[in-house]
Amino acid sequence: MATGHVALDSTGVEAGEPVSNSTEEPYEAARRPVINDFSIQVATVNGSGSQSANIILLRSIFGMGIPVSGKNLFPSNIAGLPTWYTIRASKQGYVARKEEIDVLVALNAETAKEDILALPAGSVAIYEEAANLKQYRNDVICYPVPFDKLTAAACPEAKLRKLVKNMIYVGVVAKLISLDLNVVEAAVRRQFAKKQKAADLNWAAIQAGYDYATQSITKQDPFALERMHATDGKIIIDGNAAAALGALFAGVTVVTWYPITPSSSVVEQLIGYLKKYRVEPDGKASFAVVQAEDELAAVGMVLGAGWAGARSMTATSGPGISLMAEFVGLGYFTELPGVIFDIQRVGPSTGLPTRTSQGDILSVATLSHGDTKHVMLLPASVKECFEFAGAAFDLTERLQTPIFVLSDLDLGMNNWMSEPFEYPEKPLDRGKVLTAEDLKRLGGFARYKDVDGDGIPYRTLPGTDHPLAAYFVRGSGHNERAVYTEKPDDYQNLMERLNRKFETARTLVPAPVVVQTGKSKIGLIAYGTSDFAVTESRDQMKKEYGVETDYLRIRAFPFTREVHEFVASHERVYVIEQNRDAQMLSLLKLDLPAAEAVKLRSIRHFNGLPIDARSVTNALVIEENL
Amino acid sequence: MATTTAPTPKVNRLGLPAIDYRGSKTTLCAGCGHNAISERIIDAFYEMGVKSERVIKLSGIGCSSKSPAYFLSRSHGFNSVHGRMPSVATGALLANKTVQAIGVSGDGDTASIGMGQFAHLMRRNLPLIYIIEDNGVYGLTKGQFSATADLGSKLKTGVINDLPPIDTCALAIQLGATFVGRSFSGDKKQLTAMLKAAVAHKGTVMLDVISPCVTFNDHEGSTKSYKYMQEHEEAISEAGFVPFFEDIAIDYDAGTTYDVTMHDGSHLHLRKLHDSYNPTDRVAAVKALMEAHDRNEVLTGVFYIDTEKPNFTDLLNLADEPLATLPQERTRPSKEVLAEIMSKLA
Ligand SMILES: Cc1ncc(C[n+]2csc(CCOP(=O)(O)OP(=O)(O)O)c2C)c(N)n1
Ligand code: SF4
Ligand SMILES: [Mg+2]
Repeated sequence: MATGHVALDSTGVEAGEPVSNSTEEPYEAARRPVINDFSIQVATVNGSGSQSANIILLRSIFGMGIPVSGKNLFPSNIAGLPTWYTIRASKQGYVARKEEIDVLVALNAETAKEDILALPAGSVAIYEEAANLKQYRNDVICYPVPFDKLTAAACPEAKLRKLVKNMIYVGVVAKLISLDLNVVEAAVRRQFAKKQKAADLNWAAIQAGYDYATQSITKQDPFALERMHATDGKIIIDGNAAAALGALFAGVTVVTWYPITPSSSVVEQLIGYLKKYRVEPDGKASFAVVQAEDELAAVGMVLGAGWAGARSMTATSGPGISLMAEFVGLGYFTELPGVIFDIQRVGPSTGLPTRTSQGDILSVATLSHGDTKHVMLLPASVKECFEFAGAAFDLTERLQTPIFVLSDLDLGMNNWMSEPFEYPEKPLDRGKVLTAEDLKRLGGFARYKDVDGDGIPYRTLPGTDHPLAAYFVRGSGHNERAVYTEKPDDYQNLMERLNRKFETARTLVPAPVVVQTGKSKIGLIAYGTSDFAVTESRDQMKKEYGVETDYLRIRAFPFTREVHEFVASHERVYVIEQNRDAQMLSLLKLDLPAAEAVKLRSIRHFNGLPIDARSVTNALVIEENL
Repeated sequence: MATTTAPTPKVNRLGLPAIDYRGSKTTLCAGCGHNAISERIIDAFYEMGVKSERVIKLSGIGCSSKSPAYFLSRSHGFNSVHGRMPSVATGALLANKTVQAIGVSGDGDTASIGMGQFAHLMRRNLPLIYIIEDNGVYGLTKGQFSATADLGSKLKTGVINDLPPIDTCALAIQLGATFVGRSFSGDKKQLTAMLKAAVAHKGTVMLDVISPCVTFNDHEGSTKSYKYMQEHEEAISEAGFVPFFEDIAIDYDAGTTYDVTMHDGSHLHLRKLHDSYNPTDRVAAVKALMEAHDRNEVLTGVFYIDTEKPNFTDLLNLADEPLATLPQERTRPSKEVLAEIMSKLA
């Protein structure tokens, strides 16, 4: 079993390619129950309002203490195109995307045939009775439901029926997978917390679906839930909200943005938090938010604000990053702080704007013209989105250089379970800033002089009331006193000091997370959202092939010492990432000694869907000749 | 009986001599209009008694944009990227709304690459003095036409401009700037009065200052030359400025002069030179500009002023102190707040 597209169903039994119009006997439900380990896919039309229903399902499973994750696969469209929402319950706590669907709710007439044909044998399909999907598969357990009839009965108001229909399927699914109805009701009340009437209507629809399933469906499938306690004390949040919270608790004061999916919700949610928690008793704001005219302006404002001493940030995605290139080079060269969140999506250009990718690694690392390189933080969980947002503000002020936080659509826009975030007890690090009093004592300063040997100079803020406080920011050549120069030595010294500063950054950025037995010759390296698939794949490798792997998760660029050590201590190192060109691997090659760089091998996934464990395992199996 | 004492240098209301307002030595061509404008900025800030330490000076890229290095050496300066000084100024003023800001741009820097940011700056009415040092060409890249060059004007190489000019003043008025005027680098009196009034204004001041490029655009056939300006400048009003700290009563004829009370209590007296002149009427201002243009006149003076409209930092209702240096207690919410948010997500 070395190659090929091999799908495992959730019982671990090998399943063949889905068969269409199969002449086999109807599937018999003579299987062991599958508890807390399956995935549900809801296929609907964009704009049909199914999001609330899906969140209620996700929340209900979470409420039963079962580890769960949800992914929204949506088109770049406001209404009308197909959209899929996948929910995975996993008693082992796996949260990566799972290729195979176990329970399909097919409510999009246009894709219904395609959707049911894609199912593995033995899975479940729930659909509108009239659609008669059974004709396409007799190896799938089919539950036709008269959705339209049930909806009409549950919802006298025709206008609302489109929305209420979604709740009917919640009810049907709830019954089929044995969701606890009390938990479901709590999720409904929470979802419509401020709208009592809507809550009642939706709850009634769910009950109608549930009752229908109780009376009219004979369960033939093995998929069911049982209460666990694995989610006790946990929260559910999306990565963008987590990043927004990180910025809030980092004391951000100037926020600029130009809307772009999938980054908009960072700022939109931040605005909500700022309005709630950062308006002062006199009604004035301790923050400024500007929707800029474009990303050129957004990042210009960030750097202007950083120059003037504010904790400033913007959030964007690939196309915005491209527009920011010139300014970011200026920020690097003139040593200005500012935090830039890049919620990556598929490129180039518009690419697949609503699909996920890790495709901006190389372009961000060296963004701009001339010799530039930038610090990047790479969160791989909502908790890290929160923590790295905070770290980014400290680092940018400490290092006086723009800092990038690279998340992606999968992490940013989907809901994830997490331990609650911890309050940052460490005081804000505002970096090397000289006040008027300092200047009085020192009798002056040289803006770009490496006083401490760490490559980081001292700065003053505009408005500092001292005759020697001022200095001139210029993108042209400048000496230690910030005076214009084109002297070869001055330029070279400046560029070398910037390099020293980058070496200092290496010691300050988050270190990687390393899981190693010390016995394995195989090392895996990943970062960001590839982590979920790699974690699960390592278990598959061990369980199915008896192969142990060590794992290092990169959390920042420049790479810290541990990354070099990890590569040095393994024979073969696979860099797993979600882009075509092995971007992180390329960056590693630049950083590693040649003898180490040859150990690197690449596993890539770049079809716009989040990477899944089976893809990683299959690739490893081929590479390792297992 | 006269006694001889050492001559005391002339000082302003802060007790500072004019030399304290100078910058480093200019590297622009001798005779460049931009140098004269720097001189007027020095005069205005000196005479207004502005504390240089409380000023930020910014620019884009171009010969003109080099100017901030040549005035107010005690002010923090920022020579940014081509056409995008407005965004840097916006960020800086959000971080610290208590400083006085002046930005210098060129006609290329503003009317071509910087058009987007220019438009949105005007629209936001950011409290910034925005000066276009307008010579109709790209000086720094050696004399290509800019978008303010007049139709039919000629480059030294003989190339004729066949596209109409952008009138940055008409645009600024339409887009929402609250103090808009045009002057000439060679008109010391008018420019200084306008700059002093600009210092007293609390919104976007947009001054388009015709500033001949002696190296690339001062020849016969140019409409931005010294000679052309001497022949075609037409003032729509005469500006007299009385700062709040000078207790002088000025006699003026209310029938021919608009008395504008500035935010700080200073007075700007605008004496009509054209019958239709009304600096509070945007439509009249744009009409006057278009008509003068049709007559091949370069209209100068204060075209439009509005001292009431809230500026961008007012609109955002920012805290009184600079956001940049608010203490952590005011920018990081408490532990209880995080606990509350976490419990809602559970
Ligand atoms: C992105 C970018 N493109 C082109 C240039 C080259 N450039 C430098 S100055 C300039 C034009 C300046 O013209 P203007 O603003 O009118 O200033 P002047 O020199 O006439 O005062 C250009 C095109 C640049 N610096 N940056
Ligand atoms: S080239 Fe023209 S604009 Fe530039 S400094 Fe010389 S005269 Fe001034
Ligand atoms: Mg010019």
